[in-house]
Amino acid sequence: MDHLLQLLVSGVVTGGIYALIAIGFVVVYKATGVINFATGELMMIGAFFAWTAMTAARAPFAVAVLVAALGAALVGAAVERVVLRPLMGQRAISVIMVTIGLSSIFKGLAQIVWTGEYRSFPAIFPRKPLVLGPVLLPSRQAYPFLIALAAILLLALLFRFTRTGTAMRATAGDQATAFGMGIDIRRMFSLSWMLAAITAALAGIVIGTIGGISPQLGAVGLRIFPVVILGGLDSVGGALLGGIVVGVLENLAGGYLDPLLPGAGVKDVAPFVALVLILMVRPYGLFGTREIERL
Amino acid sequence: MRIGDFKESYAADEALFRTPTARAWLAVLAAALVAFPFVAGDYLLYLANLVGVFLIAALGLNILTGYTGQISLGHAAFMGVGAYATAVAATRLDAPFWLAVPAGGAAACLAGAVVGVPSLRIKGLYLAIATLAAQVIFEWVFTNWESVTGGIRGINVPPASLAGFRFDTDLRSYFLVLPLAALHAYAAANLFRTRVGRAFIAVRDRDLSAELMGVNLFRTKILAFMTSSWFAGIAGGLFVYFAKVVTPESFPLSLSIQLLAMIIVGGLGTIQGALYGTVFVTLVPEALRSLTQLAQRLSPDAMTWFYPMRDIVFGAMIVGFLVFEPRGLAEIVSRARRFFALWPFPK
Repeated sequence: MDHLLQLLVSGVVTGGIYALIAIGFVVVYKATGVINFATGELMMIGAFFAWTAMTAARAPFAVAVLVAALGAALVGAAVERVVLRPLMGQRAISVIMVTIGLSSIFKGLAQIVWTGEYRSFPAIFPRKPLVLGPVLLPSRQAYPFLIALAAILLLALLFRFTRTGTAMRATAGDQATAFGMGIDIRRMFSLSWMLAAITAALAGIVIGTIGGISPQLGAVGLRIFPVVILGGLDSVGGALLGGIVVGVLENLAGGYLDPLLPGAGVKDVAPFVALVLILMVRPYGLFGTREIERL
Repeated sequence: MRIGDFKESYAADEALFRTPTARAWLAVLAAALVAFPFVAGDYLLYLANLVGVFLIAALGLNILTGYTGQISLGHAAFMGVGAYATAVAATRLDAPFWLAVPAGGAAACLAGAVVGVPSLRIKGLYLAIATLAAQVIFEWVFTNWESVTGGIRGINVPPASLAGFRFDTDLRSYFLVLPLAALHAYAAANLFRTRVGRAFIAVRDRDLSAELMGVNLFRTKILAFMTSSWFAGIAGGLFVYFAKVVTPESFPLSLSIQLLAMIIVGGLGTIQGALYGTVFVTLVPEALRSLTQLAQRLSPDAMTWFYPMRDIVFGAMIVGFLVFEPRGLAEIVSRARRFFALWPFPK
C-alpha cells in the first residue's frame, strides 16, 4: 500500500511540472493555433539562462528566475515576430514544421553557447525531505512542485482577473470579434508566445533543479503531447488535469508494469498508448473543443 | 525558345513527359545516372544509395502528407516495420531479396492501415500527434520485442543476391537501389493521373467536399496511408540490404522529421519536389562536413562545431524555406523553366 501511495505522490509531483509545461503550450495553441514543437527547447534555453545567471554572475535563485523569465520572453517575442507571423493562416504542416525547425536551431545554438556538457544547478532548496504521513518526498522534488503550482495559480489569476488576460481569452475565443472590439490581436499573439516561453523557462528551471540540464533537455518536450491530448489542445484546466494524470500513469506503469513486460521504458511509452486510446474514443481530447466544420 | 504545344492524339496529350525536350532531358538524366557509379568514388556512391533509399520513403510521405494532406510524424516507424520484416524474412525464412523487400513493403502497408484507421475521426494537428505516438510505440516495440527484432543488437542481414550476383558493394547496391527508386518515382507520378490519386488530392483540398462529390473518405484515407507505407516499407527493406544490419536506432523520430523536411524543402505535393528535397537535405549536412574538415586545417577543434552547426543548418533550412519559399525547390526550378521558356523575350 505504501508503495502505491509513494508512486501516486511522486506521480502527482511530476504531473504538476508537466502541467506547467502544458499550460504554456495550450496558451499558444489557443491564441494562435500553433502546435509548438519547440516547447522543450524553450525550456532548455530558459533553464540555461537561469544557470548562467547563478553560476557566472552568482545571482541568487529568485534573481536568476527573473533573468531567465525576461530572456525567455524576449526569445518568445522574437520567435513570434520573425518566424510565425509570416506563416499565419498557413497549412498545419507548415506551422508544425517551422516549430520543429526552430527547436533544431535552438538545440544547435545551445550546444555552441553552453557546450554539450551536463550541468547541475547549485543547491537551492533546503535538504530536509518533506514527510506527508507515510510518504517521504525528497526536497528536490517537493519544492519544484510547489514552484510549479504557484506558477500555474499565478497564470490562472492573470487570465481571470487582469485586463490583458481577458483580452487574451477573448482573442482565443473568437479572433474576428475580439479584433472588432478593439483588441490588438497581434499584441496578443506576441504576448501569448512570451507567456509560453516564460512558463517553459520556469518548467525548465524546475526540471533542471531536479536532474541537471544539458542541451538534450528539450527531449522532455515530447512528453507533453500525451498531456495536452488528454486535456484537449485548447483547455487550460485540461492541461492541469492531463499533467497530473500522465504523471501518475507514468509512475504506475513504471512501478507495476516494468517488472511484467520485457525490456525497459514502459514508463515512457505508456502515456503514448493512453494518448492513442483516448484519441480513438474522443478525437478532440477529453476537454478539447469539438470543431464544427462547415462548407 | 520553345513555342507551340500541339497534340495530335489523346496518347500524346496523356503522356507523362509531353514534349520532345522533356524526353530528351529525361534520356540525358538516365544516361548520367547509369554512368555515375563508374565515375564516382565510394563515398559519393554511398551517398547516392542513401539518396535513393530516402527518395522512395520521401515519395511515400509526399503521397500521404503532400497530396492527401494527412500529416505523418511516424514515417520512420513505417520504414522500420518494412526493414524488420525484410530482415526477418531474409534471415529466418531465407527468402531471396526480391521476396523479402516486397514482404517489408507489405508489412509496412499493414502497419500503415492500422495507424490510418483513426484518421477518419482524427484530423489535422491531432492526427499529427497520433502518428507521433505511433512512432514512439513502434520504436519501443523494435527495442523490446527481442525474440523477433533482436533488441538493441538488431539483426544482421546477408547481402542481396540475384542469380549468383551479390549486391555486396556500394557500386553493386547502386544498381539495386536505382531501378527501384526510378520505378517508385514513375509509379507515384502516374498515381495522380488515376481516379484514386485524384481522390487523394480532393481529400487534401477539402475532405468534406470530396465526400459530397462521391469520394469514399474512409477508403481513400486508408488507401493513402497504405500506399505511402508501402513506399516506406520498400525503402526500409532496401536500407537493410544496404546497411547490412537493422537496429532500433536506425529509425528514430528525427528520421521522420528529416523525411518531412525533405518534402517541404523540395515542395509539398510534387514528385520532382521529393527528388530535389531528398538530394538537398541529404547533401547539405555532407557539404557542411567537408567544410568542417577544411576548417580543421585552420583550427583543430573545428570538428566540435560540426554537430551543433548541423542542427542549426537543418533547422534554418526548414524555417527559411517555409518563410521565404513555401512551395520549395520545385517552385524555384519551375520559375527558372518559365523564365527560359520564353527566353530571350521578356514575359
